[in-house]
Amino acid sequence: MARLTLESVSRRFGAFTALDRVSIDVADGELLAVLGPSGCGKTTLLRAVAGFDPVDEGAITIGERRVSAAGIHVPPEERRVGIVFQSYALWPHMSVAENVGYPLRVAKTPVPERQRRVDETLALVGLTGFNTRKPAELSGGQRQRVALARCLVMTPSLVLLDEPLANLDVHLRHAMEAELASLHRRTAMTMIYITHDQAEAMALADRIAVMDNGAVLQLASPSMLYREPASETVARFIGEGMVVDADIAGRAADATRRHATIGSIPVAIRAPAGSRVEGGARVCLRPRDLAIAAPGEPALEAHVVRTLYRGGAFRIEARAGATGDEILRLDAPEPCGLKPGDAVRLALKDGWLLG
Amino acid sequence: MRAVSLPETRHGERTLLVTLVLVIAALSALPVLRLLIEGFSLAGGLSLAPLRRALDDPATWVATRNSFETAIGGTVLAVILGTVVALTVSLTDFRARHAFVFCFVLPLMIAPQVTALAWLQVTGPASPLLQMLGLAPPMGSKNPLYSREGIILLLGIQYAPLVFLTLRAGLRQLPREMIEAAQAAGAGRWVVLRTVILPLMTPGLIAGTALAFVSSIGNFGIAALLGIPGKYVVLPTLIYQRLAGLGPSVLSEVAVLSMIVGIIAAGGILVQDVLARRSDYRIATTSIAARPFPLGRWRRPVETFAWTFTALVLAIPLLGLVIMSLVPAYGVALNWGTATFANYAYVLVEHAAAKRALFNSMWLAGTAAALIVVVSIPLAYFLVWRRSRLLRVLGLAAELPYVLPGVVLAIALILLLLKPIPLLGLALYNTVWIILVAYLARFLVLGLKPIISGYQQLDRGLEEAAQVAGARLFQRLRQILAPIVAPAAAAGALLVFLTAFNELTVSALLWSSGAETLGVVVFSFEQAGESNYAAALAVLTVALTVGLMGATAGFARRLPEGVLPWRD
Repeated sequence: MARLTLESVSRRFGAFTALDRVSIDVADGELLAVLGPSGCGKTTLLRAVAGFDPVDEGAITIGERRVSAAGIHVPPEERRVGIVFQSYALWPHMSVAENVGYPLRVAKTPVPERQRRVDETLALVGLTGFNTRKPAELSGGQRQRVALARCLVMTPSLVLLDEPLANLDVHLRHAMEAELASLHRRTAMTMIYITHDQAEAMALADRIAVMDNGAVLQLASPSMLYREPASETVARFIGEGMVVDADIAGRAADATRRHATIGSIPVAIRAPAGSRVEGGARVCLRPRDLAIAAPGEPALEAHVVRTLYRGGAFRIEARAGATGDEILRLDAPEPCGLKPGDAVRLALKDGWLLG
Repeated sequence: MRAVSLPETRHGERTLLVTLVLVIAALSALPVLRLLIEGFSLAGGLSLAPLRRALDDPATWVATRNSFETAIGGTVLAVILGTVVALTVSLTDFRARHAFVFCFVLPLMIAPQVTALAWLQVTGPASPLLQMLGLAPPMGSKNPLYSREGIILLLGIQYAPLVFLTLRAGLRQLPREMIEAAQAAGAGRWVVLRTVILPLMTPGLIAGTALAFVSSIGNFGIAALLGIPGKYVVLPTLIYQRLAGLGPSVLSEVAVLSMIVGIIAAGGILVQDVLARRSDYRIATTSIAARPFPLGRWRRPVETFAWTFTALVLAIPLLGLVIMSLVPAYGVALNWGTATFANYAYVLVEHAAAKRALFNSMWLAGTAAALIVVVSIPLAYFLVWRRSRLLRVLGLAAELPYVLPGVVLAIALILLLLKPIPLLGLALYNTVWIILVAYLARFLVLGLKPIISGYQQLDRGLEEAAQVAGARLFQRLRQILAPIVAPAAAAGALLVFLTAFNELTVSALLWSSGAETLGVVVFSFEQAGESNYAAALAVLTVALTVGLMGATAGFARRLPEGVLPWRD
């Protein structure tokens, strides 16, 4: 059953299209990440789902209820959608318990039940005993948990997380990432996770919607996005993809692959079902698809542009005459004697034919 | 097109907005409109007699010329004083800055008529202070302050803080890199001041100048206490004299006079607008404040000069006021034998009108402050977070009665409320209620501005989080937003209270027997030659004002910067 459905939702501000016919289905209990650079429309999407902004076209359905469409706009206070704001938006004049209990107070829940549920929810996020603290007395990570608890206490039909980890330092971010994942498993709540950080999205999400210029470019599981990007933009945006020209010359023995020639090097690449079997094409390469060639192995003649030490391994950036301006990136284990300007021979192991 | 239906919740919002529009319209647009109608009906020839009478009367033109002279003189003095102090305080390593700013801004918070009264006590032949020093001019000679120059001097001192405050706000935002970049380019401190700092300060200087000019044109307290005895009449005092002498029969005529005041003030604002548009030096970056220039060996002399100045313009007049309130009669020198609290006892216990006035001013100021906060919390919410053309107009309308001189608002309200309100049959003229209406209209913006800056500092998410928690607009305003903007609202309420409590201009034209205000009674005492009683009452108001200003130290930390003018 779909918990949230967006059908061809558009939102315009004057001549600017913030959302361009966005369609997304989120299954019950799914954690969907919306990933894109700033200004791609992901925040507009969140605000439309929450009900802060109306939609110009299309429809939004939460559960069985149509909440946004032409002539329909259910206000946020009636949507039962929980949000964790990037700034956490904790009310400074209320204690932790008052913050968390506020949705219940608004719903006129009797005080004993309110207290019980506040305690339960605080236990769920690991803040038992923090009831009387004020937000100002909490660390960043603790504020984050209070914001989560306030959103979970109302048993929302849907939880929206707006870059929830962006304000935390790196170490805390990894810890909270793990906790969010475990919380999602335990509560089985439907979550929409807005982020510009693909590592975060990859680590947490069941599926990722990649957005750019107000449109959804691809909606797929993290590994599908990595292995089988639908377009050049997605290929480049996700997983440090490189895109190069290739000639396709028929199916390989494995029917899902094609014989391709990239800069005179033959390689059997993966391809979408029904894609072309011959002619010129664009191919997505990942760093792991490239390696420093063994002597005698067919390889691209390249020269090193830059090397970056990454602890235990080097990231090599090189340019090959045969693949034009595209910077080729690959990892080489330490020790590695390459310096900028050195000649290097690059073997191709795999690739993905862009439809 | 989008057709968003309005479910039940949106109705509450719409009702609130409509109510706010009606309140602002009734307080601000309606009186000004009524005055304009009067003007057009006069100009339109419906009844030319009052217009001709007013314009043919040489007194009108003398008063207009005098108004210009004093306003321009006062503005020039205020600009010089305010600029020098703002630059010194902001850019140098001047010590005890907070205390100095408090003292320098204090005249702004003390009623003009009290400032005038205090100065009169130290400069006249009866000055107990001068008598104690043996410097008093001979009895019977004219007080030198009863003159154009006297009015200009006091207007300059009264309104220098306005120029100071606008410049200080600008100087605070001046990024230190801009000064350091100029220094790195080889500019010395005077070159930096002339080529970088002063040009960047032009918008603030223009705004402060306009503010001082409009305030000077509309000033009644100083012009009345110094000008009426000195037979130097300006437009606000002419209006007062006509209305007090002849009553509402000359209303059309004084309406013409008040329109002249209004036109001059509007002209000042217009000139400011044109000039401001030509010098758009918005500073795009934010940064820590500029590092002060060391005064070096000049530090001690500069500080000494600043504090001597403060003593001369603030401490000594106030001391004179206190002395006058402690001597039994005008002209008696203060010593252990003559000192008495009889004047205080008289105004607090015996004199019925003074007691009434104390009570009236207290509750009028308190009620105005409370109601203005109640209106401003939702109004500021809409103004800051729901931008629309209607709300922009509403924001401007709320400012109008404060920007226009007080006499203009007072005459407009008399015109509007002289006859009972149709349908309701409420007669407000000649009651204390017309003063309350005037205070609400005039001081709304004083309460509104701090609350607006309070909202501007808030993360909108705080409201949205309550919204997704299911809270309706009224619940959000009451449970989330009002508590968070409470410090700013308290500051706004205090500004309204202090200003209304010390107010004279509006109530001088609107008071009636039984509906006196403190300003009116102090003024009447002084007019009747009973300076001792006037001084006693004035000392009480100054004590209360300074006490309340000092009491804000407790919560000032939690306020947006610049909300309380006397807090640096």
